[in-house]
Amino acid sequence: MIEEEFSTMEKNISASQIEHLEAVDSWGGASHSISYVYRPVTVEQLFDLFNLAQSSGRSIGLRGGGQSYGDAAMNSENILLDMRRMNRILAWDPTTGIIRVEPGVTISQLWQYILEDGWWPPVVTGTSYTTIGGCAGMNVHGKNAYEVGPIGDHILEFEMMVPYGEIITCSRQENSDLFFTAIGGFGMLGIFTSITLQMKRVYSGYLDVFTQTQNDLEGMFEYFETYANSSDYIVGWMDAFAKGSALGRGDVHRANYLPPGADLAPSQSLRLEHQHITPNMFGVMPRSIVWLFMRPFMNNFGTSLVNRAKHVSGYFGGSRQYRQTHCAFHFLLDYVPDWKNAYGSGGLIQYQPFIPKETAHDAFADILRLCQRRGILNYLTVFKRHRPDDFLMTHGLDGYSMAMDFRVTDSRREPIEKLAYEMDEIVLAAGGRFYLAKDSTLRPSIAEAYLGEETISKFKAIKRKCDPQELMQTDLWRRIFADL
Amino acid sequence: MADSKTPAKRPLVTRPRAIVIGASSGIGAALTRRLALSGYLVAAVARRQEMLDKLCASINSNLPSGEDQVVLPYAHDVSNFEEIPELFQEIVQDLGGLDLIVYAAAVQPAVDDQEFNFDKDQAMINTNLLGAIAWLNQAAMRFERARRGQIVGISSIAGDRGRVAAPVYNTSKAGLNTYLEALRNRLSRRGVTVTTIKPGFVETRLLENASKTFWVISPEDAAKQIHTAIVRQQQTVYVPKRWCVVGMIIRHIPSFIFRRLSF
Repeated sequence: MIEEEFSTMEKNISASQIEHLEAVDSWGGASHSISYVYRPVTVEQLFDLFNLAQSSGRSIGLRGGGQSYGDAAMNSENILLDMRRMNRILAWDPTTGIIRVEPGVTISQLWQYILEDGWWPPVVTGTSYTTIGGCAGMNVHGKNAYEVGPIGDHILEFEMMVPYGEIITCSRQENSDLFFTAIGGFGMLGIFTSITLQMKRVYSGYLDVFTQTQNDLEGMFEYFETYANSSDYIVGWMDAFAKGSALGRGDVHRANYLPPGADLAPSQSLRLEHQHITPNMFGVMPRSIVWLFMRPFMNNFGTSLVNRAKHVSGYFGGSRQYRQTHCAFHFLLDYVPDWKNAYGSGGLIQYQPFIPKETAHDAFADILRLCQRRGILNYLTVFKRHRPDDFLMTHGLDGYSMAMDFRVTDSRREPIEKLAYEMDEIVLAAGGRFYLAKDSTLRPSIAEAYLGEETISKFKAIKRKCDPQELMQTDLWRRIFADL
Repeated sequence: MADSKTPAKRPLVTRPRAIVIGASSGIGAALTRRLALSGYLVAAVARRQEMLDKLCASINSNLPSGEDQVVLPYAHDVSNFEEIPELFQEIVQDLGGLDLIVYAAAVQPAVDDQEFNFDKDQAMINTNLLGAIAWLNQAAMRFERARRGQIVGISSIAGDRGRVAAPVYNTSKAGLNTYLEALRNRLSRRGVTVTTIKPGFVETRLLENASKTFWVISPEDAAKQIHTAIVRQQQTVYVPKRWCVVGMIIRHIPSFIFRRLSF
């Protein structure tokens, strides 16, 4: 119990608190740390933990699902709060679709709670293991980023505990400067204690999905320009190995909700069992071992082969249309457990720049060609469209993003970092932005360049107001913002 | 005021962090220098403050990349066992983490063949064995939780047998060997490497009282081989390697012969 530990408050965390020491890795597995991990359940315990931080001279970091690729949810050598035990659904109204949750509720928990009432979360991440608190802190987006914006656009109100103990209610009308800063504030201002969101009404457990192969980057952009406005979801998958005139070829998937009446048996398709993904692929191979078969392909040669095969089969398929459950469309990777292991013990990092639509095509082409020249290619490239929003530290803009997963091995660490620095220059020159949930390589100078001095001083001023002693920190904060 | 002393880390290219106990002279100093120059951030712990400061100054002022401090000095007498848990936490906080700990502190006062001096014996057990246990226990607890890390104990060929010339020095090193072996058994399943280094004769002040010496190497040479053993994550290493053969023979000489020998 946390109370017992307070009977001996010392300057440094004493040896008896070693029991809380745990290894904490980035989701990508490329960076490691060790922290004093606590798992609070009540708001009173949060208050006690702030006191512990103060008396022991350590900072407090927040961790939700721990799905950030880099060090955003890590706090080496200091206190880390794993918020997943604060996971009650506080209030749910199935007629209005307004839900109030504790920050540790995961997307997985959320959709399973509301689906059978005919609702779906307005914004979901590519994995359902993220927590709502983490989603709000990072202001996450989904495959419908252009259509509906980031999750912040669907948050009506939240309550946040700041380090001096007060719980502040924030909305667009009340404490709005804090509202627009804490969402996207990557856990630096306080701890969310409740979040109220508006869910999306759905009339079926299915989506109508359309896929189309694109032969090059222009094709990708054209398809998005044509269909982004009329699709509920749209996402592209690119082959980073394709060179020359085939640069940027890949597939685009777009999906639409079914309008009322299109699904003849909605009470069946909306059942949780219906969303369930079978544990075996093709009926025979357990998904849990699929990663073992992916492993031999996780190198430049293997992946280029796989990409080529996918493209060729796409040729014969051309464009396809089918119905897919929400779960399968959004969370397929969640059902290939441990697919990350295919990357090996060094793990992976992601580099995802966001670039305004005017300069996006050229910047992405430059980036793809740069990676090919350096021989450091990413094994998964995801292409999305975005729109601007009002949150202070947002990554959103009117443009496109290209998310690239790079495999990390000991010999590649420095080359990948150098490549990231080169890509930073291309992104900045194109007027682009970055997304802290994915980042492992940003330097203070780059953050200053893309955010601008004004945004950063505004953020720091609000942080000073909420957290004057700078108790709330993470590895990412110390890496990028502490000295700015 | 919350501690922002924890240094910032780059997720991809991390700088390894080490603690070297017994860093003011001999093998400890040479190893500290070598680790610092190969990119480690090193906490140098030793009893003699002036020698420690001189060592830190000489390494920190000769840095190629122009950074300020790669070696941080901490004055500490290993026989002050109560200090150790808190000092360990302080150092780890200053370094911002820990990847490697090397226990290189040792004393070997001159002992006659017929001398039994408990004060000298106690000093050897305290510094060579108990200090090691106190420090390495802290590291073991931490590395076990972190599921990564490397522990290195500088033992000696002298730990392989009990001898006429230096019974308690032999005892302290033999004790260290067994302790390191037990740590290895406990921790290797958690991804932690425990390395026992057994140097032969190395040109340090410990050699002042030795009579017959051969195959003597410099502390810098010893440090080079120890660094290689660390990088390769080896388990038990004789330095230089040729002692391995001698060690094997000596370990197996039966007592009825061994007790008649003069060494």
